[in-house]
Amino acid sequence: MIRLEKRPQPSKVWTWATPVLAVVATMIFGGLMFALLGKDPVLAIRTIFYDPLFGEFSSYSRPQLLVKAGPLILIATGLAMGFRAGIWNIGAEGQYIIGAVFAASVGLAAYPAESVLIFPAMVIAGAVGGTLWAMIPAVLRVKFGTNEILVSLMLVYVAENILAYAALGPLRNPDGMGFPGSRNLSQYPSAANLDLIPGTGMHWGVVAALIAVIFGYILLSRHILGFQIRLAGQAPRAAAFSGVNPGRLVLICMGIAGALAGLAGMFEVAGPAGRISIDFNVGYGFTAIIVAFLGRLHPVGILLAGLLMALTYIGGEVAQLTLGLPVAAIQLFQGMLLFFLLAVDVLTNYSLRWSGREVA
Amino acid sequence: MKRRTLLATGASAAVAAAMGMPVRAEGHEPLKVGFIYIGPVGDGGWTYQHDQGRLAVEEHFGDAVETIYQENVPESADAERAITQMVLSGADLIFTTSFGYMDATNTVAGKFPDVKFEHATGYRRDHPNVSTYDARFYEGRAVIGHIAGKMTKTNKIGYIASFPIPEVIQGINSSFLHAKKVNPDVEMVVIWAYTWFDPAKEADAAKAMIEQGVDVILQHTDSTAPQAAAAEAGNVFTFGQASDMAAFKPSPRIASIIDNWNPYYIKRVQDVIDGTWESGHSWGGMAEGEVVIGEITDAVPADVKAEAEAMIAAITAGEYHPFTGPINKQDGTPFLAEGEVATDLQLVQMDFYLEGMLGDIPS
Amino acid sequence: MDLSAISPVLLLAALMVAATPILLAAIGELVVERAGVLNLGVEGMMITGAICGFITAVATGSPMLGFVGAALGGAALSLLFGVLTQYLLSNQVATGLALTLFGIGLASLLGQGYVGVRAPSVPKLDIPVLSDLPWLGPILFRHDIIVYLGLAIVAAVWWFLRHSRGGLVLRAVGENHEAAHALGYHVTRVRMAAIAFGGACAGLGGAYLSLVRVPQWTEGVTAGAGWIALAIVVFASWRPGRLVVGAFLFGGITVLQLNLQAARVQIPVEVLSMSPYIVTIVALVALSARKGRGSAAPGSLGQSFHAAR
Repeated sequence: MIRLEKRPQPSKVWTWATPVLAVVATMIFGGLMFALLGKDPVLAIRTIFYDPLFGEFSSYSRPQLLVKAGPLILIATGLAMGFRAGIWNIGAEGQYIIGAVFAASVGLAAYPAESVLIFPAMVIAGAVGGTLWAMIPAVLRVKFGTNEILVSLMLVYVAENILAYAALGPLRNPDGMGFPGSRNLSQYPSAANLDLIPGTGMHWGVVAALIAVIFGYILLSRHILGFQIRLAGQAPRAAAFSGVNPGRLVLICMGIAGALAGLAGMFEVAGPAGRISIDFNVGYGFTAIIVAFLGRLHPVGILLAGLLMALTYIGGEVAQLTLGLPVAAIQLFQGMLLFFLLAVDVLTNYSLRWSGREVA
Repeated sequence: MKRRTLLATGASAAVAAAMGMPVRAEGHEPLKVGFIYIGPVGDGGWTYQHDQGRLAVEEHFGDAVETIYQENVPESADAERAITQMVLSGADLIFTTSFGYMDATNTVAGKFPDVKFEHATGYRRDHPNVSTYDARFYEGRAVIGHIAGKMTKTNKIGYIASFPIPEVIQGINSSFLHAKKVNPDVEMVVIWAYTWFDPAKEADAAKAMIEQGVDVILQHTDSTAPQAAAAEAGNVFTFGQASDMAAFKPSPRIASIIDNWNPYYIKRVQDVIDGTWESGHSWGGMAEGEVVIGEITDAVPADVKAEAEAMIAAITAGEYHPFTGPINKQDGTPFLAEGEVATDLQLVQMDFYLEGMLGDIPS
Repeated sequence: MDLSAISPVLLLAALMVAATPILLAAIGELVVERAGVLNLGVEGMMITGAICGFITAVATGSPMLGFVGAALGGAALSLLFGVLTQYLLSNQVATGLALTLFGIGLASLLGQGYVGVRAPSVPKLDIPVLSDLPWLGPILFRHDIIVYLGLAIVAAVWWFLRHSRGGLVLRAVGENHEAAHALGYHVTRVRMAAIAFGGACAGLGGAYLSLVRVPQWTEGVTAGAGWIALAIVVFASWRPGRLVVGAFLFGGITVLQLNLQAARVQIPVEVLSMSPYIVTIVALVALSARKGRGSAAPGSLGQSFHAAR
């Protein structure tokens, strides 16, 4: 009988070895699945993991990795703060939507005026929108002890309806022949979030993601707030004794997460997506939760996890195109990767022990 | 013309090489045709029909053509990347099959002038290598509206609508107009589902209509759920939408309006092969074989069936336009004078109901 | 506007059907959450159940065997979640989300080749005598057997949680797994059983969509029903009785909205669509405010359990 024994400290070796192990396991099982589907497994794996980075057209797909990873990293970094403190904001998708709607409203209100102030105003609006939306579950938790997992999740659906209303009503493009959806902000110079250096995929959102990672790292490892966050997550009672105000911590963590999610929405609506539409949100807020955990709630880990996640998306698209793999197989493959990554994490915090009898 | 500067950077040298590839000049390599789909090919409706078109292209041209596709492409940043990657993997002609790809299609087209783009249901052609295409679904709606007007006993026809956009409003008006012609007492009950595809919601919409006395249902949403709801209720008739929905023959599904992209896709691929491809807007209908009325079953009386077939023949021959005056708008103001035929511009801007319709279009 | 066109009897009858898939999925999730596990993968299990049920029904020609297949399919998928979260102690939120992604991919892969196929239909019961009762007959007694199965499962769960020893253990495990463990209960085993039950119920709910409600296999057939089921569990504050109310409310809002449209009542669709979620939040706040600091949620909800000895 195998049983788990908690390590006194997370294993340094396994922290680095487990992701590699998971990727290898996914390649084996995913390769089996591709083989069952009648595709060359080696070619399929190569297409997903290698081609976007070093393949024939990697000069295009590498920047795209940043475009895809940017919002994931930005949101996940914010979420990780809360997760570390035991604050479960799973409604980032809603905060992302509201941030985008706020920002787009500001941009569209200014249309067609040109001013250097418009873009910064949209950035602020996005952050404010996301923060406000995150404050709802935060305040309810602090004031009434309401479970923030559930409130933040409910608010995603509310946000989706607000998005639909905005796309069909007030933000609808008056020149759009009646089709739902707003004007294209990326074609409105004052509001557009374009590549800073053309062709690199480096738009303001990616820059913001990198800044967030750096700040997150400093905050968690050097700042008193980071200490309080870690303490609250690991030993809530000790945190209370040492003077951590749990309510304040909830408000700060949710606020940061909401602001970053709102920013991600803003950069997306002004740049890659371009417009508010009914289907504007494509699940970044939920995927970011997975990214946060894959990155072990550590900013640098999140950076890598976000890039890995983006790689499977881009590589999956390439595999669809060049190998004719159905999108379902790619989703299944991603699901496998996530499962393996989550599964092997146990080795970081626990060691395996053989024992003769079962301990009940 | 706005050209983003992807090509100006050194990093894009490979891109430039790729787009410069004179694929067809060699004469041996097959023409590569790409398709971007909004849904899965297994949706049984909109995307399924486009994919049937892709398969028809493969069958028609054999080894001369190679097709690739990408399904479930969101109308977001992902669309632009999907289209670009398709270009990079060597596509010479790309069909983007949803309205929401409009901006992305035009952006990518600006960067790759040697590749041809075809955007479904859109209206923007910013570059000479972009065409748009659509189908005159309202022609088919006229025929099923006629059948519906004849078949209803309660004089209540239901219409499950998706979004209040001109294409959908054309369909409502066209079917209502022709139902009313054969049955002056008919009234139309419209439910806006605000979705193209949500089986459970469509089923509920159909049931709500049936409970309120509707006995013929038209749908502008793509699932078969309304058909099933009608089958369950009994004595309710429906029409297949997008695909034939033959599983519900002979009743409740008494006919269908099928999106048939095969002829257009084959024609455009041929144009590229011949070097005669030009930018333009194609709005084909029954004459072009793009809008097809599926088998009218025996649940429809023979005389009604004959009338419907006569209308199909007249529209196909160009002798009859479904929007021929005199027609008034809902508020009583004239839309078309006696004998006047609606222009394409009037149709694509249609944002009002016709006289006799009850209720308002949501705004 | 013509409100008289809406028949309350038929509206309520439609509600019974509209509520069934989300009720089935929600009652399963309720048991899972009462055991202290938060499985956000309901949507993935539902759609897997939908295709497993569809394939089984088409292959055997029996819709009832289809539902059995759906329950097995849903349960099998949920055990994947169970092994990961219970034995490998992965985070439940992340694992649940991954399960949804995995389930949707799995279902559409399995479903290739089943598009456009018509499944055998599920007969209506039309209980003699009772179904002819005025008012009550159409509302209550003219449905297919799964509608009643759903309500029966809810009743059984209510009884189980409230009056059986097993239910007591399950609640103890959910409220405080350390204490339950100290008392000698097998926390992990109880949770695995609850997770499997939740998966089976979600599978049934999915199959109700693909075999009765729609009935056809199309990708995306569940269209977010699994997420609504999660909301209902919260709305019901983890009580089976209130769950029925919640399922009717959530299922009912859509039905009512469409009925009002058919009657040409001008309504703001988005406001109506978001209202059940807002009601849920308000209900949550009211519950947690009344109880002071503690919320109505099971004490150990979402936390991993590892026996220290």
